[in-house]
Amino acid sequence: MTGPTADRQSQPLLRVANLRKTYGDRVVLDDIDLTVEQHDVICLIGSSGSGKSTLLRCLDLLEEIDDGEIELEGREVSDPLIDQRAVRRRIGMVFQAYNLFPHLSVLDNVTLAPRRVHGLSRTEAEQQAHELLDRFGLADQAAKHPDRLSGGQQQRVALVRALATRPALLLLDEITAALDPELVGDVLTIVRDLAASGTTMLLATHEMAFARDVATRVCFLDGGRILESGPPEQVFSEPREERTRQFLRRILPEA
Amino acid sequence: MGPDRSADRAAAWQPSDRELERRAVRRRQRLRSIAISTGLILVAAVVLSLVVTGSPGWPRFRETFLSWPDAKASFPQILDGFWINVKLFMVCEVCILVLGLAVALARTARSPWLAPVRVAAVVYTDLFRGVPTILLILMLGFGVPALRLQGLPTDELFWAGVALVLSYGAYVAEVFRAGIDSIHPSQVSSAVALGLSRPQALRFVVVPQGVRRVVPPLLNDFVSLQKDTALVSAVAVFDAVFAARDYTAFNFNYTPYVVVACFFVALTVPLARFTDWLQRRWLERERAGAL
Repeated sequence: MTGPTADRQSQPLLRVANLRKTYGDRVVLDDIDLTVEQHDVICLIGSSGSGKSTLLRCLDLLEEIDDGEIELEGREVSDPLIDQRAVRRRIGMVFQAYNLFPHLSVLDNVTLAPRRVHGLSRTEAEQQAHELLDRFGLADQAAKHPDRLSGGQQQRVALVRALATRPALLLLDEITAALDPELVGDVLTIVRDLAASGTTMLLATHEMAFARDVATRVCFLDGGRILESGPPEQVFSEPREERTRQFLRRILPEA
Repeated sequence: MGPDRSADRAAAWQPSDRELERRAVRRRQRLRSIAISTGLILVAAVVLSLVVTGSPGWPRFRETFLSWPDAKASFPQILDGFWINVKLFMVCEVCILVLGLAVALARTARSPWLAPVRVAAVVYTDLFRGVPTILLILMLGFGVPALRLQGLPTDELFWAGVALVLSYGAYVAEVFRAGIDSIHPSQVSSAVALGLSRPQALRFVVVPQGVRRVVPPLLNDFVSLQKDTALVSAVAVFDAVFAARDYTAFNFNYTPYVVVACFFVALTVPLARFTDWLQRRWLERERAGAL
């Protein structure tokens, strides 16, 4: 064995095979195959109810899957005997509705996991939190509570909170969908920066222009299946599937 | 995605070997947790019964509290008395719901014309939540008949029931009010925006949602009311507790109290379980919405 780093580079960060998820009789995800390499930025697109959010929730082990396998860093994490917390320590997730803890200040929201889960001291955690908040233009918000912040600021805090644990993979679930249009830009700029600095991300989004710019690969989900996937130029400009074309026509009327 | 298509897919799918293996593991985990919980419950029960039966006073205790002949002898009288508790509970429950909702609505009224009603409602809840129920029963049960007012019933059972209604009505009013207050103002806004009047908004939009939300705490209050019907024995109403006390006074054996306790448990447990079930169902529904 040449050491874990060499090993890790040779295998994908995340590998999903034949993933299936149902709610009762309803098949939400069907036969999903997906590979995420280090530094990939993969955009999941598709209409509401196509399974994008559920897929992200399954990857963070927030939902029990009905079939298939999820491998993170070469280890099968869909095993019921796996330590789920250990898996989630490696993954950061940001939700559509921010889900900040309303009873904690911004700083405490950000330092909660580093201190309680990753064992950082308060000083270390706060220093790191201040650095991140500073980088994302939130330096003077640290002492405030989430309800004093605008939606865009809250979502940026949520991003900082997810990044504070230095995750190997970041899952973003339609993080701009609940924001005012003028605030979307702020958040997307940050995600763009993260992508540029090599953060591995898997994101569900409705922002097609953004996906076209940032994604290394785009997956189009329809009815719980990945109908089409490829580099953004190809998926957006010359989609193979009629269903993809339909979807893009509806969402990009000017194109 | 048509339902037919998804049904086709559901039919075509066969679980993979890995999934079958995973299911087996989950099943084993489930069985293990059932085994652990069952085992722990049994151990706790055995330890507890050993401690109780091993106590120095156990033989004497069994004689006075767990005597089978006394239980059998007191049973018919207690059963008769218990019917009074059950009937009292049924009648009081309906009255309490009506009174509680009326008081809660009075407290949320905003019109200046209703100010006296609002004040009366506040005074009522403050007063009757503050006075211990047993005192209310004693005061009303013995006091009002003593007034010898024309046209009012002098029956202690009636006045004990009134005392229960007044006492619990105050609690239930607060529960209803909490439910009404918990409905987001945007619901009123959208009702008013549709042209509904404020009372209409309350009646058709706020109250139905608020009431639904507080059903579990309401049921909890009713479990408590079921037991508190026993308090009417304080004013010599021949209910189950009074019957038991009557028997113990003549026979110097306390077994009838245990019998009464069993009656009450048999009455309250189904309602308590129903409350749990309802609460869980609503929690699940709310969670499903939060996904």
